[in-house]
Amino acid sequence: MLIGTIVDGIVIDHIPAGRGMELYKYLELDKLDCEVALIKNASSGKRGRKDILKINEVIDLNFDLLGYIDPHITVNIIRGGRRVEKRHPELPETIKGVIRCKNPRCITSVEQELEHIFRLTDREKRVYRCIYCDTRAK
Amino acid sequence: MRSLIDIADLSVQEIDELIAKAEDIIANPDKYAEKCRRKKLATLFYEPSTRTRLSFESAMLELGGQVIGFSEAQSSSAAKGESVADTARVISCFADIIAMRHPKEGAPLVAAMNASIPVINAGDGGHNHPTQTLTDLLTIKREKGRLGHMTVGCCGDLKFGRTVHSLLGAMSRYEGVDFVLISPEELRIPEHVRSDILAARDIKYRETESLSEAMPELDVLYMTRVQRERFISEADYVRLKDTYILTPDKLVTAKKDLSILHPLPRVNEISVAIDSDPRACYFKQVLNGKYIRMALILKLLEVE
Repeated sequence: MLIGTIVDGIVIDHIPAGRGMELYKYLELDKLDCEVALIKNASSGKRGRKDILKINEVIDLNFDLLGYIDPHITVNIIRGGRRVEKRHPELPETIKGVIRCKNPRCITSVEQELEHIFRLTDREKRVYRCIYCDTRAK
Repeated sequence: MRSLIDIADLSVQEIDELIAKAEDIIANPDKYAEKCRRKKLATLFYEPSTRTRLSFESAMLELGGQVIGFSEAQSSSAAKGESVADTARVISCFADIIAMRHPKEGAPLVAAMNASIPVINAGDGGHNHPTQTLTDLLTIKREKGRLGHMTVGCCGDLKFGRTVHSLLGAMSRYEGVDFVLISPEELRIPEHVRSDILAARDIKYRETESLSEAMPELDVLYMTRVQRERFISEADYVRLKDTYILTPDKLVTAKKDLSILHPLPRVNEISVAIDSDPRACYFKQVLNGKYIRMALILKLLEVE
């Protein structure tokens, strides 16, 4: 499959297979006017399969969000058709306003304007819990 | 400025200091009678809780302070739709410290994030109730003379019982505490308590369905109520509520110096025949609750 070459833009590589669309939504890529390609289930030497997002524009990315999805994601910044930077996100200590607490007993379920905030409680197992009710993020 | 939302907010040293302060208050009440003069406690109770609210209020009154507040959401601006954050900001203009009970988990944290005065979590749904845990710790310390090196049995609703989860978290920070978790299969301790507290700290514990079988080894027996409001199905509640009832015949094999605790209110899980047994500590526990809240108010208001 052929996707047009990026001149100035971003390639988000090594997204866990099946989570590319989730990331597409979280990053609100649907709101961009430029070309955006989501490649699902691409072959990966390391992981068997992976998803890839190609964005034909250099935009600000929420690295905390990328780190939450998977710290092994690779972000390649392309300028003039060449990769000028390669970055890995880190597992964030907190993640704000992205994932939502599903606990119906949580204060966030009744106070709609409260920001949903999750805190990393187990780095090894990548467990995040709601700061208000301690419910584990799914 | 500091708040108390979760018992884990306090270090073991701070808990020990609070217990020592409470014991000093018990020994020298007059010394503390004017410590909070001209200070106001706001009790913001969005759901009824007579015992906890009156415990906080009497704690502040015995420190020479004053009390304002409400005892149900309907008599507050919450009924008009005011957010917890806004209420906390407003009350900060009137009082020096807040004690908040709320049916939603995390509401006191929201208050603490927005108030300019200390906030004490007086219970948020089935989540945290740190002053109950402090009460339990003070009671165990006063009854046993120590907080380590003992076997603690927790009996009843270990799945929804927040007091048990907090007690496990707090007691497991002391050396040599073993736990016996006594409950029916349906009400066993939840996985997150098992993994985050017991396994993470390598705590020795065992689980059993039989109160009688566990009784001989216990130094402390912490009984809990099977709470109707935590069940979705009424049929499940009715089926399980009478499972573990403490009666005098079950105490025959118990140690002579066993301490029986209960966060109250009880329904029928401890027979009234136990009340006159010297091992029953649950009414002393209520009194201890007032003293530890006095110590906590002093600490958070930074009154020496």
